Amino acid sequence: MENKSLISINDYSKEEILHVLDLAGEFEQNPTQTILSGKVIATLFFEPSTRTRLSFESAVNRLGGKIIGFSDSASSSATKGESLKDTIKTVSNYSDLIVMRHPLEGSARYASEVAMVPVVNAGDGANQHPTQTLLDLYSIKKTQKTLENLNIFIVGDLKYGRTVHSLLMAMARFNATFYFVSPKELRIPQEYKLFLDQHGLKYYEMTDFKDTISEADIMYVTRVQKERFSDPIEYEKTKNAYVLRNKMLENTKSNLKILHPLPRVNEINTDVDDNEKAYYFTQALNGVYTRQSILSLILGLKN
Amino acid sequence: MDKEIKQLKVSAIRNGTVIDHIPANNLFKVINILGLYRSDNQITFGTNLESKRLGSKAIVKISDKFFVDEEINRIALAAPQAKLNIIKEYKVEEKKEVTVPDEFTGIVKCVNPKCITNNETVKPKFRVISKKEVSLKCHYCEKITDQEHMVFI
Ligand SMILES: [Zn+2]
Repeated sequence: MENKSLISINDYSKEEILHVLDLAGEFEQNPTQTILSGKVIATLFFEPSTRTRLSFESAVNRLGGKIIGFSDSASSSATKGESLKDTIKTVSNYSDLIVMRHPLEGSARYASEVAMVPVVNAGDGANQHPTQTLLDLYSIKKTQKTLENLNIFIVGDLKYGRTVHSLLMAMARFNATFYFVSPKELRIPQEYKLFLDQHGLKYYEMTDFKDTISEADIMYVTRVQKERFSDPIEYEKTKNAYVLRNKMLENTKSNLKILHPLPRVNEINTDVDDNEKAYYFTQALNGVYTRQSILSLILGLKN
Repeated sequence: MDKEIKQLKVSAIRNGTVIDHIPANNLFKVINILGLYRSDNQITFGTNLESKRLGSKAIVKISDKFFVDEEINRIALAAPQAKLNIIKEYKVEEKKEVTVPDEFTGIVKCVNPKCITNNETVKPKFRVISKKEVSLKCHYCEKITDQEHMVFI
């Protein structure tokens, strides 16, 4: 993994994924170290994503590394018309690793081909966000003590949700059974069902989780955005069907954990927050350990 | 010149390549892909010809031109069933079929308007994920471009 860019979750084998998670566990035990001292990490955010950027910067700072970069394209030279290639080539001279977020899909793969240093994709449009997927996997493994043979409920926007698609591809390697819960308009795309069929994995599609929630080991909730609906009336009709409330968790498994990539709007009612099955805030904290693990493996500081 | 000889001059070539079984509506795509619009060779083509297999087919004959396999396989995306006849002295010297490559650069645009290849000077690059109904996965944005949405560069 040393010197290898991380652009898509599919860049890592099952063993590599597990290795990242094991090391993340070590960082959780000991999150403040000096192994990144003398290293410069560039965080290039061509579109703002405060949450992701702060998580990366916290990961670097706690390991003694330095940060350079920008937090939106208004403060980068991209607004002066500089090509992505030129920006990446230049920043390569100043840093040991580039963390990049960009609105165009495929931009991170391209950056990794022109950069002289490894690139970590922090989101390229609707395409990939592999560190999010790895922190999701870390959260699942930590709470379930395994990644194998779990019942994974994925709720909300399954059509456009980038985190959903990456999570599916990753969990498919661990013999998961998927329960896809979404409005009809936002169903999981055909290509992913085909992928699951080819791998002989079981999945169910449904428009609500009332009758099945008792099977869930993990419930991964995502936002249903109004602008994704062609018919606004359809949105008004369905939006409340996908709000998770505390009383719905009464007859669920004791090991069930609720995950959400955040930010949440109203799809998880705040009355769930105090339930011990709510895990989304800890999930965000796990992002720091996971990113510490990824950065130190790529920089060859851990093996 | 009598009629028969004139016909021969248009339809047969002495040396060169005949590309047959091109779907009629992809003829100009094939011409484009092979860059024939800027060729100095004698080229004749016929289109909307009857074909049992394709319904309506096109045929292109290029004098004194012999393609290397790599060149010719590029047209597989637009004409996966194309057959080539290599002509030497009015005789078919060799028959070839096209093979769809496993991956390639250029030729086709990525279907995704938000793809980096449609926004910066980055050459599109694809992996072929299906060869029967040609279907392409973008190396950059990972979106699928199918036959119906292929736009040739
Ligand atoms: Zn693309």
